[in-house]
Amino acid sequence: MKHRQILLANVDFPDQATIAGYESRGGYKTVRKVLGMDPLAVREEVKKSGLRGRGGAGFPTGRKWDFIPAKCDKPVYLINNADESEPGTFKDRVLLERDPHLCIEGMIIAAWAVQSKWSCIYIRGEYGYPYVRIQRAVEEAYKHGYLGDNIFGSGFAHHMVVHRGAGAYICGEETALLNSLEGKKGQPRLKPPYFPAVRGLYDAPTIVNNTETLAACVWILENGGEAYAKIGTEKSPGTKLFACSGHINKPGVYEVEMGYPVLDFIEDELGGIWKGRKLKGIIPGGSSFPIMRADQLQGVTLDYESLVAAGSGLGSGGFMVMDDTTDMVEAAENVAHFYAHESCGQCTPCREGGHWIEKIFHRVAHGRGLPGDMELARSVANNVEGHTICAFGEALAWPAQAFIKRFPEEFTARIEEARIEEARIEEARIEEARIEEGLVAIGNRNGKENGARPSMHYQLKSNH
Amino acid sequence: MTQGQQASSNSVMRLSDRAESRIEEIKKRYPDVRSAVMPALYIAQEELGHVTKEAILWVADRVSMPPVQVMEVATFYTMYYKKPVGRYHVQVCRTLSCALRGAAKLTEHMHKRLGVGPNEITPDGMWSFEEVECLGSCGSAPMCEINDVYFENLDPQKLDAILQRIEKELPNLRLSTLNDELGAGLAGAPLSEVRESGVRK
Repeated sequence: MKHRQILLANVDFPDQATIAGYESRGGYKTVRKVLGMDPLAVREEVKKSGLRGRGGAGFPTGRKWDFIPAKCDKPVYLINNADESEPGTFKDRVLLERDPHLCIEGMIIAAWAVQSKWSCIYIRGEYGYPYVRIQRAVEEAYKHGYLGDNIFGSGFAHHMVVHRGAGAYICGEETALLNSLEGKKGQPRLKPPYFPAVRGLYDAPTIVNNTETLAACVWILENGGEAYAKIGTEKSPGTKLFACSGHINKPGVYEVEMGYPVLDFIEDELGGIWKGRKLKGIIPGGSSFPIMRADQLQGVTLDYESLVAAGSGLGSGGFMVMDDTTDMVEAAENVAHFYAHESCGQCTPCREGGHWIEKIFHRVAHGRGLPGDMELARSVANNVEGHTICAFGEALAWPAQAFIKRFPEEFTARIEEARIEEARIEEARIEEARIEEGLVAIGNRNGKENGARPSMHYQLKSNH
Repeated sequence: MTQGQQASSNSVMRLSDRAESRIEEIKKRYPDVRSAVMPALYIAQEELGHVTKEAILWVADRVSMPPVQVMEVATFYTMYYKKPVGRYHVQVCRTLSCALRGAAKLTEHMHKRLGVGPNEITPDGMWSFEEVECLGSCGSAPMCEINDVYFENLDPQKLDAILQRIEKELPNLRLSTLNDELGAGLAGAPLSEVRESGVRK
């Protein structure tokens, strides 16, 4: 299947990161047109397109922009959220690194729509090379007068900063990002207000959009919202970047029209499962979304509705594939470790619950699981979900719940193995104790305490 | 921190002219100077190797914040090193996509080759390594980051070859974003590897 290329059309040209290269392929044409439009008309186009936020939550972009009043007496800020840290997600990196001017053009369009004079690209700290590329692109745009006090000679002033994060997953949460940008710890803010558009950076109205979302705005404004709405499905219009990893033959970033069947995608695009093995499960939206079994994927398509209906979600498009040799208990432990490590520590359920779940999965994976551990892990996860300031609680709980729900036989088997092993060790210990007893109380072999003492010992052990 | 240390700007150290002018320039870019605390910490760390107490005081002074708040920020983020690290700090990704494709072998190899555990420094001060969470390079897993540069699609042999080249080409390589010498000429430079990880039409 030939996919429509909206975002990745030009990433393979070596000079795409320079203004000359970008403009030779039609770059910075749309923004010149947009700067002559009514800002409200720009918002209208994006609303018509049905574009939904590509960072994970899927909130309609045009509606988000509309939270900013047309006439606003406070400064308005625009943030490009390029902190992509969700395990399995590396799609924004391609745009930042290989088509940085597309990101900048999208940002200027959004800035015009909400009349923002200052914007910031918050890029995750580990992205050294993408940082250098986008920073150089911003500097070049300043030199050409595409950023600054009078951009494109339109009289509109817009300044842009590239800000590096420093390795905190939580800063991808928009209010945590704002705190981080204000020079504080990156901890999410209490809601309400629910939207930074009401109170954002330094209390000013702020729009936070994902990099991919902003990049898509360029095509939408060039070709019209209606044209964009025709791509993909009715409720999930457009194309989406999928960052594909795991046990597949051709990992990488793919641009896919929404509504593409998952199984065809794996077979035809990703080159199938590596080493001739079989598919066991996928995580379609980054590791915080529930894992799905291979047998659940029949008829499921890559769009918001279909994946939610199938019991997972589109999320950020971090598509992770696991073959039939994957140990799901260890995979669950790996994911739980991530969320335990990355909790910002603000809310008790998440700070404590994350480590509880990790410990439970760890002991199950390492042959020390206890009967009831699955119920315990599920109960902890249920008590974290919905009881935290930000959505991290869900991000932590969903994978834990899903791994147990969809691969219960693996957990049960591990716990059963541990129980049998424990019983075997215990039996050996009883045997040893009997021999010891026999040696100590050599004249008293028919006394009943011979059996009683080891069993006491057993009870003491199991209480530990 | 004693009261004397906190007192006034003339008791705060000076970094290199380049660092001083860089922070002054960065401060002007933001709506409020407080936003410059993170870039300032990076600058200090780049000069001093890790975030020392003096670095905290320097940052606090330059961005007009109480040192305790700067400390709060520095300790919240993992990329500010509160303890010394090797001249080359290797971060091996351990999260799911890398784990599925054999990240554990890389860590094991680092351990064997360097003869030190995670977060320890080799006696010559050259190397240190640690396991870290997802670095956003899952399509080219397993991978690691050395200072500011990603090395992707690795196996223990490839990693070893990279370490050997770094040792050989040592003096001019900082692999640092701030100094903008991102491993020029080094095998496995980021762009080629990203291409390998495949944006597909």
